[in-house]
Amino acid sequence: MSTTGTNWFKYSSPQAFHPLAGRLIPWFAAAAIGLSGVGLYLGFFVAPTDATQGDAYRIIFVHVPAAWMSMFLYVMMAVWAGIGLGLNARPSFMMAQAIAPTGALFTFLALLTGSMWGKPTWGAWWVWDARLTSELILLFQYIGIILLRSSIDDLRRADRASAVLALVGVVNVPIIYFSVRWWNTLHQGASVSITAAPSMAGSMVTAMLVMTLAFWMYSFAVTLARMRCVIVERERQPSWGKPAAIPDVAEAR
Amino acid sequence: MQWGSLAEFVAMGGYGLYVWISFGATALCMGGEVLAVWRRSAAAAASRDES
Repeated sequence: MSTTGTNWFKYSSPQAFHPLAGRLIPWFAAAAIGLSGVGLYLGFFVAPTDATQGDAYRIIFVHVPAAWMSMFLYVMMAVWAGIGLGLNARPSFMMAQAIAPTGALFTFLALLTGSMWGKPTWGAWWVWDARLTSELILLFQYIGIILLRSSIDDLRRADRASAVLALVGVVNVPIIYFSVRWWNTLHQGASVSITAAPSMAGSMVTAMLVMTLAFWMYSFAVTLARMRCVIVERERQPSWGKPAAIPDVAEAR
Repeated sequence: MQWGSLAEFVAMGGYGLYVWISFGATALCMGGEVLAVWRRSAAAAASRDES
């Protein structure tokens, strides 16, 4: 490494990114484990029982972080997809590819834990209200993007097609977020927002935020690890890195 | 702390089933994903060594 300063752009090449990600993953993983330990302790032993929902409300400590990550990861995926399309940057597409499965997982978990919460508090596993329906659509979007990618053999076409689909679908994210305000939903409104004081006890909010941070660290660790897999897998593709591939690419355009 | 005993903690005020399924499923999914990525990276590393 040079002593005159770090050129961060060099990490935009997969060959340099691979070892960097490898060094970062253990830190993110350790942070995820530590923070979830603290978050679970706060959530189960410090936060009081809710006056109206009893202890069922404790599902919030996985439900809200999972739901937030499902939306946040979608936006991240769409941003990388957009950068990939705009700059024709292969690593950006790979990043989008690496994020998709984790986003889908968190969407599934948000829906599952939500129904676990809905049954005791609303009396129904599922209702077709705006929040739940738009989140279900988000799950289908993730699955659609993953399937579209895997159904196209040509990597460049797969990258571009799934990036376009990811970008178009980003319109659903604000719909999910604001659905509880725009429509009269059974799902409760936001308990925490930037503009207003939280509508729950401080220790509950703290536990929820710590769990969210833990999920965040987990997502970083897992997507970076998957990114490393994608880099190596693509290296194995015959078109990778050979000078002979360049005229082929030029011809294909 | 509001739990008098381990049984009370597990019961979660009568909502134990819902709470533990939620946390259990989350832990399982995350653990499963970590395992899947780990195996994938092992496979990728093995294929890289072959070539």
